[in-house]
Amino acid sequence: MRIQRAFSRGVMPLLAVFGLSMAAPAAAWEPAKPVEFVIPAGTGGGADQMARLIQGIVVKHNLMKQSLIPINKSGGAGAEGFLDVKGSKGDPHKIIITLSNLFTTPLATGVPFGWKDLTPVAMLALDQFVLWVNAETPYKTATEYLDAVKKAGPNKFKMGGTGSKQEDQIITVAIEKAAGVKFTYVPFKGGGEVATQLVGKHIDSSVNNPIEAVAQWRAGKLRALCVFDDQRMPYKTKVTDTMSWNDIPTCKESGVPTDYVMLRGIFMSPGVSKDQVEFYVNLFKKVRETPEWKDFMEKGAFNQSFMTGQDYVKWVEKNEALHRDLMKEAGFLAKP
Amino acid sequence: MLEDINALFHGFAVALTPFNLLLMFIGVTLGVIIGVLPGLGGANGIAILLPLTFSMPPTSAIIMLSCIYWGALFGGAITSILFNIPGEPWSVATTFDGYPMAQQGRAGEALTGAFTSSFIGALFAVVMITFLAPLVARFALQFGPPEFFAVYFLTFCSFIGMGKEPPFKIMASMMLGFALAAVGIDTVTGQLRLIFGWHELMRGFDFLIAVIGLFGIGEILLSMEEGLSFSGSSAKIDPKIVLETWKKLPKYWLTSLRSCLIGCWLGITPGGATPASFMSYGVAKRISKDGAKFGSGQLEGVVAPETAAHAAGTSALLPMLSLGIPGSPTAAVLLGGLLIWGLQPGPLLFVEQKDFVWGLIASMYLGNIAGLVIVLTCVPLFAAILRVPFSIIAPIIIVICAIGAYTVHNAMLDIWFMLLFGVAGYVFKKLAYPLAPLVLALVLGDRAEDSFRQAMLIAQGDMRIFFSNWLVGSIMALGLVMLFWPLVSKLLASLRASKAPA
Repeated sequence: MRIQRAFSRGVMPLLAVFGLSMAAPAAAWEPAKPVEFVIPAGTGGGADQMARLIQGIVVKHNLMKQSLIPINKSGGAGAEGFLDVKGSKGDPHKIIITLSNLFTTPLATGVPFGWKDLTPVAMLALDQFVLWVNAETPYKTATEYLDAVKKAGPNKFKMGGTGSKQEDQIITVAIEKAAGVKFTYVPFKGGGEVATQLVGKHIDSSVNNPIEAVAQWRAGKLRALCVFDDQRMPYKTKVTDTMSWNDIPTCKESGVPTDYVMLRGIFMSPGVSKDQVEFYVNLFKKVRETPEWKDFMEKGAFNQSFMTGQDYVKWVEKNEALHRDLMKEAGFLAKP
Repeated sequence: MLEDINALFHGFAVALTPFNLLLMFIGVTLGVIIGVLPGLGGANGIAILLPLTFSMPPTSAIIMLSCIYWGALFGGAITSILFNIPGEPWSVATTFDGYPMAQQGRAGEALTGAFTSSFIGALFAVVMITFLAPLVARFALQFGPPEFFAVYFLTFCSFIGMGKEPPFKIMASMMLGFALAAVGIDTVTGQLRLIFGWHELMRGFDFLIAVIGLFGIGEILLSMEEGLSFSGSSAKIDPKIVLETWKKLPKYWLTSLRSCLIGCWLGITPGGATPASFMSYGVAKRISKDGAKFGSGQLEGVVAPETAAHAAGTSALLPMLSLGIPGSPTAAVLLGGLLIWGLQPGPLLFVEQKDFVWGLIASMYLGNIAGLVIVLTCVPLFAAILRVPFSIIAPIIIVICAIGAYTVHNAMLDIWFMLLFGVAGYVFKKLAYPLAPLVLALVLGDRAEDSFRQAMLIAQGDMRIFFSNWLVGSIMALGLVMLFWPLVSKLLASLRASKAPA
């Protein structure tokens, strides 16, 4: 009994401070208390890095009176984070950064949420994907590599990627269809792990994001074959001794008509007011102007598209349909 | 080599500025506090403090954050020894002998032993990083899925073969751990498993919630039954305890050396500090001449896992710096930090950012020394906590445990799970089932399963992949020997016995 009492006395008020919240809309709205920044992925990943960078920028440039507190809710391939935001209707002190699992997780697992359950705020950037092979292999172009894969027969070449039925595997299936080949797809927990496995030759290729593989590329351990976007990346500064991001051809140019980019965007709780959305849109506009953000964008070779309002909604709508088609063709949809 | 030493001294010059020294002490103190509070953990602590460092120069920032890491490594041992609550997965093995020592009133000795061995393990790993970095980094690349599975297999096997409980009780406990580890998302298929349509379950069972419940709450339930007092409360507090323990430690130099090697190996591969501590404890128990007494409060049983855990924790930073792969969750957060400060971890970091790398390595030396001084001076203070009456300290522990369980995922449900695990822990102890195998399986089961299935994908279902090269083959063979050791040793003994009369 004593334990019970101590427990409720000690913990409950603390929980109240952390969790519960009240919506208090007012003119020219501003957060009245710390804002929870939900990350539907683990610590150390791409979304986590970006969220913590944003937090750092907000503190350093004093962009907000209240603080921004990143919280990782990575359970169930991110479903935990999305369900949390979906469930906090009308709470303007909660925002979420998304990756492609906004589309893939509900489709693959059947967990009931979708972007329509959230309020779109802004697209911050689009993350690129590049086809990588070990630098010691003889393949200089995507065509050469895929010819070799074709020649070897189905399942002989191993493609490593992050997670299962998520963006990396979707791209793999798209390549397979475009080039008429078949890989053995090996899922790993994180992008860094995939890059290392490729350097160690335990897999034959990967579709890592630039930031996940750039260190090994610069050290001459990996070779970039093509980028899965409809145009080349704009960054012309030399990254390796001989190449810049801009020197990597698009996959389309190399005869593999596949493109895929990943959303790095912000959503917030459903049922919030226009003022409240406007506040965060302005906040992220300011974040994008800082030198730290620009530097990060260039390091990770991001596609710096920025969208808000109706444009953003349209983009998300289009991409959800795209994911549904891709995953349906690949047989990744959850059984009802 | 000479160039490296020069670079290291330059590094010391960078690390020894008053500002950096101040950060070092702040970092270690914060780290110890974080390590003591279960649930916060090194990774979370660093993630929380990371943004504060964006306005500092990168070298100062990493010095402070890595010192938090050292501090947390030291701090984890304190609650394991005093209250049987391991704050980090790698402290579980420390409880086996550390807690019995505390109950016998030898908490000071156990703490001193733990801190000193941690320091030795870390120092060994840092020296290795200093001189062998490029060579060792290449070794890590040899590890693909089959090799990872082999390491986990070896850890599980060394555990089954060594326990004092019947092997089948160990197996039963371990299987329960595997089942709990399988709850949540499955990496290989991307599907949710074992959640029975209950979405709250999809984050799975976190190690910390299980451990806080099984060990912490379970222990308090037992103490309540046995008369509401801590058995260690009679401990007298003697500041000389540190020196007296130091006199005993040199005896265990061989155990220390062995644990250092195990730790470094697993830290680099990166198997991590948790398998390192368990494996080192298991090996020490098998080889030591006092092996049979392990589990009843042997100083050697504290030295072995602590040394290995710190050697592993420290050497885990090496693959992070030189390859960009984190060897532990905390290293993963530090890695994120590096990127934000504009540094690119990877093979070129040692070439392009000499100041930073050698400043960090120098801070590893200094941070560990600072850490040791801070925690050792506090040993009598920590030991004195046990003199606080049970009726005061037990509710405090439960509240801290509950906060810890809540902090892991910010979920109320986890507190209920913690209490449930507490009851389970009590029942386990009453029925003499071991808890550690369950915890071990919960921590590593998921990863072992992933690497097994990745290996099967790569080999297209061919089991021979586990004996396809000398590295994976020898680890697997070692694992099988460990698994069947009790049988093998009996067989050998009977052979010898039948030969003797002839």
